[in-house]
Amino acid sequence: MPPPPIRLGVDIGGTFTDVVLEHPGGRASTKVLTTYAAPEDAIIEGLHRVCAEAGVAAGAISQIIHGTTLATNALIERRGARTALITTQGFRDVIEMRTESRFEQYDLNLTLPEPLLPRNRRYTVAERMDAQGGVLIPLDRGAVEALVDELARAGYESVAVGLLHSYVNDAHERLIAEVLAERMPDAMVSISSEVSPQMREYERFNTTIANAYIKPLMKSYLGRLRARLAAEGAGCPVFLMHSGGGIMSLESAAEFPVRLVESGPAGGAIFAADIAARHGLDRVLSFDMGGTTAKICLIRGGMPKTARVFEVARTYRFKKGSGMPISIPVIDMVEIGAGGGSLAHVDSMGQIRVGPESAGSEPGPACYGRGGDRPAVTDADLVLGKLDPGNFAGGSIPLDPDASRAALDAAIGDRLGMDATEAAWGLAEVVDENMANAARVHAVENGEDLSDYTMIAFGGAAPLHAARLCEKLGIDRCLVPEGAGVGSAIGFLRAPFSFEANRSVFMRMSEFDAGFVRTLFAEMESEATAFVRSCDAAVEIRSDHKVYMRYSGQGWEIPVALTPEQAAAPDAATFLDLFEADYTTLFGRPVAGMEVEIVVWSVNAHTDAAIAERLGEVAPAGDAASGGRRDLFDPASGTRTQAAIVARRDMAPGRAAQGPAVVTEAETTVIVPRSREVFAHSDGTLDVRTKETAR
Amino acid sequence: MNAAKPERSQVAHQVMWNRMISIVEEQAQALVRTAFSTSVREAGDLSAGVYDASGRMLAQAVTGTPGHVNAMADAVGHFIRRIGRDTMEEGDVYLTNDPWEGTGHLHDITVVSPSFHEGRLIGFFACTAHVTDVGGRGFGVDANSVYEEGLYIPIMRFATRGEVDRTLLAIVRGNVREPDQLVGDLYALATCNEIGHRRLIEMMREFGLADLAGISDFILTNSRRATLERIAALPPGSAEGHMRIDGYSTPIDLRVKVTIEADRILSDWSGTSGPDPKGINVPLVYTKAYSCYALKCAIAPEIPNNAASLEPFEITAPENTIVNARHPAPVALRHVIGHMVPDTVYDALDRLLPDLVPAEGAGSLCNFQVSLRPRTDAAAPDGARRAEVLTFNSGGSGARPTLDGMNATAFPSGVMTMPVEATEQVGPVLIWRKELRPDSGGAGRQRGGLGQFMDVGAREGHEFDISAMLDRVDHPARGRRGGQSGAPTIIARDDGVPMRGKGRQFVPHGRIVRMAFPGGAGYGDPAARDRAAIARDLALGYISADYARAQHGLEDQEIAEILAGRERG
Repeated sequence: MPPPPIRLGVDIGGTFTDVVLEHPGGRASTKVLTTYAAPEDAIIEGLHRVCAEAGVAAGAISQIIHGTTLATNALIERRGARTALITTQGFRDVIEMRTESRFEQYDLNLTLPEPLLPRNRRYTVAERMDAQGGVLIPLDRGAVEALVDELARAGYESVAVGLLHSYVNDAHERLIAEVLAERMPDAMVSISSEVSPQMREYERFNTTIANAYIKPLMKSYLGRLRARLAAEGAGCPVFLMHSGGGIMSLESAAEFPVRLVESGPAGGAIFAADIAARHGLDRVLSFDMGGTTAKICLIRGGMPKTARVFEVARTYRFKKGSGMPISIPVIDMVEIGAGGGSLAHVDSMGQIRVGPESAGSEPGPACYGRGGDRPAVTDADLVLGKLDPGNFAGGSIPLDPDASRAALDAAIGDRLGMDATEAAWGLAEVVDENMANAARVHAVENGEDLSDYTMIAFGGAAPLHAARLCEKLGIDRCLVPEGAGVGSAIGFLRAPFSFEANRSVFMRMSEFDAGFVRTLFAEMESEATAFVRSCDAAVEIRSDHKVYMRYSGQGWEIPVALTPEQAAAPDAATFLDLFEADYTTLFGRPVAGMEVEIVVWSVNAHTDAAIAERLGEVAPAGDAASGGRRDLFDPASGTRTQAAIVARRDMAPGRAAQGPAVVTEAETTVIVPRSREVFAHSDGTLDVRTKETAR
Repeated sequence: MNAAKPERSQVAHQVMWNRMISIVEEQAQALVRTAFSTSVREAGDLSAGVYDASGRMLAQAVTGTPGHVNAMADAVGHFIRRIGRDTMEEGDVYLTNDPWEGTGHLHDITVVSPSFHEGRLIGFFACTAHVTDVGGRGFGVDANSVYEEGLYIPIMRFATRGEVDRTLLAIVRGNVREPDQLVGDLYALATCNEIGHRRLIEMMREFGLADLAGISDFILTNSRRATLERIAALPPGSAEGHMRIDGYSTPIDLRVKVTIEADRILSDWSGTSGPDPKGINVPLVYTKAYSCYALKCAIAPEIPNNAASLEPFEITAPENTIVNARHPAPVALRHVIGHMVPDTVYDALDRLLPDLVPAEGAGSLCNFQVSLRPRTDAAAPDGARRAEVLTFNSGGSGARPTLDGMNATAFPSGVMTMPVEATEQVGPVLIWRKELRPDSGGAGRQRGGLGQFMDVGAREGHEFDISAMLDRVDHPARGRRGGQSGAPTIIARDDGVPMRGKGRQFVPHGRIVRMAFPGGAGYGDPAARDRAAIARDLALGYISADYARAQHGLEDQEIAEILAGRERG
């Protein structure tokens, strides 16, 4: 056996850059403030720190896996390149007209988000395909050359090409790309039939433009990063985490940077999936709650749920429709504006509302004593006894409960005739209910019943709220793993190499053509495999096949997973049976006598994920030593309880503590309500479970 | 769960109210995911709500259809009366498309399901969706009475104790053009109520509720109080609003008198034109919905819709006006008039509460339905086929007191347009153009939103009828406080043959229908518009050099400089 490789995981987040080094001696991790001007600086700083801690030379690192919010932030902050769009004549304004609807029905002063490219950077050419890919108006090469010369004169750095129905016939887009390569060799080109070959022009064009818009920035950053790492002696291959939860090569990332959007949270989901595998859990709800948002993701059989479209840069209270759609394979997460810093107020109906407005770190919640006078979730947590005022963030930020009470009284208590505790209870219940509702809706959309799920909680605020969320969702167990503060970066090290290819090709089941399906799958498989192959020339690559099916006339297709055998020998009857079974799971009953069609085809080529070793059972070793008791409010019964205080370092494997209890550590506190107990597994993971579930 | 406590805490009630709003959103989402008609699944033309045992609406999903607001609130009462509370059993599902007891035309199917908990009737779920076809003459203006507009389903049972009525399905199938699609939609409607019901029962178990009485009182009391506080804060008074629009046979005058009192707001539509012989008449329930929606947006936008928050808005109209049409008036396109209701209300409200409401906008959606068939003037190619294609589109919205109008964005309706690529998959239709219409926004200190161009034809070998549903051909949106009118609707064939804004019209093989949808009106004096905003409009091509010169007095040199900047990208 060769020695286990030394690998580095790097996650650039909005505030911190997390760096994790895994080596034969264990794991070293650090957090460095993100350096916006040159993000690679923070990485190098972190690299030095973890190498020093582990006693490992940079040259000994065999692989670096990187994920980043830089792509997302460039879209949100509109810091992209000077970019032009070439589109079909008559359709110049697709990305500006959006869905022609208002995402908030009752606001007369609604402002729609600005399109990524203003109207004068959107150009058209005479050409047209029909819905089957037939040419209605041929594209004239001379006209393209004239247009490209105009773009060259205007000095564009990057050009997006999005033509109608190009997902079924890409010939015109390819011709334009060819002319661009000839006449604007320095400009970067993104064509929609490559970036996102899916039907629905608004989503496809927007995704392609987003790719073009951030491409120069990301390409230059990735190039600099590789050079800096090499200069530090870390000349090993660098790979990128993508939004679908896999890893791709640096070259692919530079070509399709839009696939890096949300790669950090995707790492978090992979982290949770790995914990799930170690603990032998088939159905997991991952719950990541930080300072401003909470993210929820479903994990089945070790795989996070994926989707084909999502929305970034929401401009209006995280409201659906207020951002821009990106159609790429992505880990399907619900993000809501609920974090430790989320602020509360009382609306005109006397209802307590929490978030999405956040106190941030400055001024922060009222209890930070930095001038914040509005109650945040952290203030409620403090008043309810979930946090120790003298030991927050390892004692580095002293908390002032009186300031919390004053803020709660002023904003909530005085309005509703509640004392500060009841106001805190109401605030915490509302934020927990908001998160529970989001989880429920997400589960229903996926046809899942959460009561047989286990939660995995990470992120600073999650362990404070996870148990109450479980009570609300009827979930019996919640795992709080170690290293939760750098979960995404650890997740990167667990991710497989992968690339998902998608195609929109309509096929009615009555016209099912097995030969065509075999050819299509083979083409897509070789495309997806080539991407993975570019990461590793020798590794074994597997392919997962999916078809998205619906009844003819429906607008929403559901994913139907195929086994390798079913994909290799496609058969209409089998496909139909699979579809009906999945449809029934989702919506209760099939619709008799309706034609069924396949709309989208998907092949995900990937290596096997690092095989997580199942943990050994650990024998119960009795209750951990308690360092006294403190007041803890129990929201389920609405009463105060006396909770045992247990230090996490005293929760040796096999140790337990009975709720009500608080398990304290430097980064956060794990709340164990009266209905639950907590048990430490051999890997240090805390298992907060109902007393009935515990043996 | 613990036994129910006698006094439920305020915190528990807050949580349950939240939960019920989440439940109806989930119910609506399930409908979008399972529906067949593009109007539901792509455009979001649907509603969903939950009711207490006496039929009072407790929560309604916020969907794209303000027109369903009051209609949904009233509908369950009609079902209780017609079906009979005592005959209701677990697993029952009822339905109707009655325009007067549902939501205003036969194309909206409303489905109501009773909710039982531990053997007791504790509430109802209702949902409504706009389906593409119900037979008759098809979706359009052309009928002379509601009898010609399609199949009428009185309030009746769809399923009894879970058993679907096969006779009803057979009758439905035999009377509509797309039977699979409609029957699929009926199932989708029933399913979405079932999902809401399941979630409600889970909530009741969690909180140990035997019925909805306590939470119902909490929701309605707080909503009523909040709404009344808003109204009490307004200056009392009365003002009249007026708007003239195209109509069908003759132009229509919409007139409303809005009166703010201490504890209610009255909207009286006396003086409005009489009914039209063709299908643009509006049942009162739909007028109520849009009047109420307009007032809520302006006065109490964040208070959710329920029986109590809607109550203080009283809407009346004399019988036999176009906004209170009686059976058997044709009503298929009631939305064309109904969508003009808010701007008429705002004309009155602007006199009572200045600087609050927008200038007039495009108002009604710019919809059309295309009926395609193999060409009949010559041999049609193999593979030519029939298809019905409905599209929803929007003109510009009116400028606001401090903001420009929104380009090609629906108001008051909130439905979405369909992607062109999806529309062209439905049938052999070709959308040759769908883009913004420069210069169509009315000039003002704040500019009206732009309308859009849309060109429609058919694939080789097909001809079609287009059923147009357009207004504002002769009556463009009017500006406020010196703002200019938006551009009117234009519709004509590409060979110059003029077409009408409303009605089914034949388009021969090879011809294209060119449409320009109206812009929103401006707000305030165009001379007061910020120079940078004018320069930006010109640089982006929202306005032309001519418009900048004529409306804002820009000099030629200034224009040349701005346009040169545009060339440079």
